[in-house]
Amino acid sequence: MKYPDFNQTISIDEVGVEERVSRLNKRSIKKDSKVQALKLALSMIDHTTLEGSDSPGKVIQLCKKARQPHPAIPDLPTVAAVCVYPRMVSVAKKELKGSGIHVASVATAFPSGQAPLSQRLDDTKFAVNEGADEIDMVISRGAFLNGEFQLVFDEIAAVKEACGDAHLKVILETGELHTYENVRKASDIAMHAGADFIKTSTGKVSPAATQPVTLVMLEAIRDHYYETGKMIGMKPAGGIRTAKQAIQYLVLVKETLGAAWLNKDYFRFGASSLTNDLLMQIVKQQTGHYQSLNYFSND
Amino acid sequence: MSNTETKEAAYKPTSPNSKLDFASVWEYAPAPQDSKFAEVKDQYDLFIGGKFVKPSKGRYFKSTNPATEEVITEFAEATQKDVDKAVKSARKAFEGEWSRISAKERGKYLFRIARMLQERAREFAVLESMDGGKPIRESRDVDIPLVAAYFFYYAGWADKLEYAFPGKKPEPYGVCGQIIPWNFPLLMLAWKIAPALAAGNTVVLKPAETTSLTALKFAELVKDCGLPDGVINIVTGAGQTGSEIVNHKDIDKVAFTGSTNVGKIIQKSLAGTDKKYTLELGGKGAMLIFEDAPIDQAVEGIINAIYFNQGHVCCAGSRLLVQEGVADKVIQKLKDRLETLIVGDPLDKNTDVGAINSKEQFETVNKYLEIGVNEGAEVYQANCDVPENGYFIRPTLFTNVSQSNRVVQEEIFGPVLTVQTFRTADEGIEKANNTPYGLANGVWTDKGSKIFKVGSQMRSGVIWANTYNKFDPTSPFGGYKESGVGREGGMHGLAAYIKN
Repeated sequence: MKYPDFNQTISIDEVGVEERVSRLNKRSIKKDSKVQALKLALSMIDHTTLEGSDSPGKVIQLCKKARQPHPAIPDLPTVAAVCVYPRMVSVAKKELKGSGIHVASVATAFPSGQAPLSQRLDDTKFAVNEGADEIDMVISRGAFLNGEFQLVFDEIAAVKEACGDAHLKVILETGELHTYENVRKASDIAMHAGADFIKTSTGKVSPAATQPVTLVMLEAIRDHYYETGKMIGMKPAGGIRTAKQAIQYLVLVKETLGAAWLNKDYFRFGASSLTNDLLMQIVKQQTGHYQSLNYFSND
Repeated sequence: MSNTETKEAAYKPTSPNSKLDFASVWEYAPAPQDSKFAEVKDQYDLFIGGKFVKPSKGRYFKSTNPATEEVITEFAEATQKDVDKAVKSARKAFEGEWSRISAKERGKYLFRIARMLQERAREFAVLESMDGGKPIRESRDVDIPLVAAYFFYYAGWADKLEYAFPGKKPEPYGVCGQIIPWNFPLLMLAWKIAPALAAGNTVVLKPAETTSLTALKFAELVKDCGLPDGVINIVTGAGQTGSEIVNHKDIDKVAFTGSTNVGKIIQKSLAGTDKKYTLELGGKGAMLIFEDAPIDQAVEGIINAIYFNQGHVCCAGSRLLVQEGVADKVIQKLKDRLETLIVGDPLDKNTDVGAINSKEQFETVNKYLEIGVNEGAEVYQANCDVPENGYFIRPTLFTNVSQSNRVVQEEIFGPVLTVQTFRTADEGIEKANNTPYGLANGVWTDKGSKIFKVGSQMRSGVIWANTYNKFDPTSPFGGYKESGVGREGGMHGLAAYIKN
């Protein structure tokens, strides 16, 4: 396969990207299409806990919530995956057995990626051996900003190899890349190096996911599809807290990539508090009333 | 054969599906804008001397909603006698109260009009969409906000004319006859009335016969704001009424926006008189996309350039010139983007492309589609459903066209884009300039120096760089060559209402 020259920059007009996003944000999503979007968004969530204080108990609670988001409403979809640190993978795996919910694990010295490659690969293999279905890796942003694109590429390819059958999500940490052109370039490198998904952020750096950054990445995925016929998934993560935001992201996907990407195999939300806002809105659509947040479990 | 069948038969998509699939999975439910609160009377009279008066011959003509083909209301047909009455009342106001009050007071009236327009913005937006077929998203977010912005801008100049034109004593012409088109009904009214009044003139304005509703609603607003009688007169009617205004002996200045053909007739009839005039006429804007351009944003810019307001824009970017190296990519992306345009009910908040303004224009655009196909162009149309009733045309792309084709040379004034390629900048510029028009062009490149080099060689009144169809009250607007005479907007637009 022939790779593009990553030293070449694909120009991106900042003003144009932001105008496009603000136009898409004007879509008015009502009634049936809103209910459908809320449920779709729920089914795309990587329900996440990535804290130093995570314990097996907390992860078990999280998994139960993932299986049954809100018992009061029976026909809800489950979330797509539960996302945890490598040490918690086995706990989650056991808890989610038979549910169809994937276990995703961050790896490669998340969130900074500042460890020798060998350790990052070991970290990945450990998570995979523990049963992770998906690996969320971070790229070496320092190397990227230093212009060492080949190194970034090779590292991703190495992690992909270490993943075996597990799906690889490559976190670009766009909050540290500063320009849309860098985001575009990092997306291209990741996709060519073997990413199954590209992901905006770790959630540990501000700004995390934004809509303009997501649009730039979706357009990179579109170009990759035009050129190779291969569909790459997208995962914005961090900072998506409300159902309204989630629906706006779905509009971006729908009008940039179309129907084939509107499912959990090709689009995910990395989020924790989003789940409850979606549930609250779904209940509102069904009953006509907002319930207090106290009616929704905080897992 | 019913009307609907004719339209359905007009142009079914002939092109293969683009590679991405934008169908189903998740459809947007209808999101209709509430329109019940916007009151429309069964009949509207002429607005002369601060009062609504019946037309002298008692004749009225019907106005339809182009999205439903239903009659909305009817407007009075102004005859020579009515126009004469309107001009007399404008003259009386000019020689009376309007010239006696201070410039500051004049400005206050304009500020008041601007504020009242903002207060009633949603109502005007709804009516504009009902009467003219443009999507509510545009009338709500573009037309009406700009209308208020133009009034605010010129209101500020009213008492500062000496600073705008240092060294002379700025004086108004007197009575201005103004004729406006149907594509931006209220916005064109604002472009005409705001600078005329700021400079101290009085006006007789004729809106287009298919879109007179917001002008008469505006007349109601003018009455409410207490503007002295006769300063603004609004007469409705078709071409004949317009010609009565142009040829009236007591008109000092004519301002016209519309087709180049009518512009030429007006210019002929004004020859040999001492009437001043500004004409804002047709266009066939070219957009140059260079290989180094931000492609995705350029594609979005093209969409805004040609499918904005169904392509009923005199400065629409209707000719795409794309550098060979990126031509295939741009065309592929354009085709996919066409699939996501939502065509339909103008009052739905999600509609991107509304109804063609009138049956007449619908037929004109369809005629050009036929001409294009007969000339050997490849036609690509969005695969979208269009409503059964009403005048709708799918967003259209013509490829494989050449400079000599009529669809490349003539103004279509519809959602139809032609695509040509070029190799060098010189070739692109030559093609862009090879037209009798010269209203607006666009250039897309990542390189600032190229923008200036190419932009300075393109012969048109407006050059947009990496964007298109952006308007601002402070910026002058107008054409080269057959696109018009004079400028509107900014201080240039003010100068057009001041005696030299």
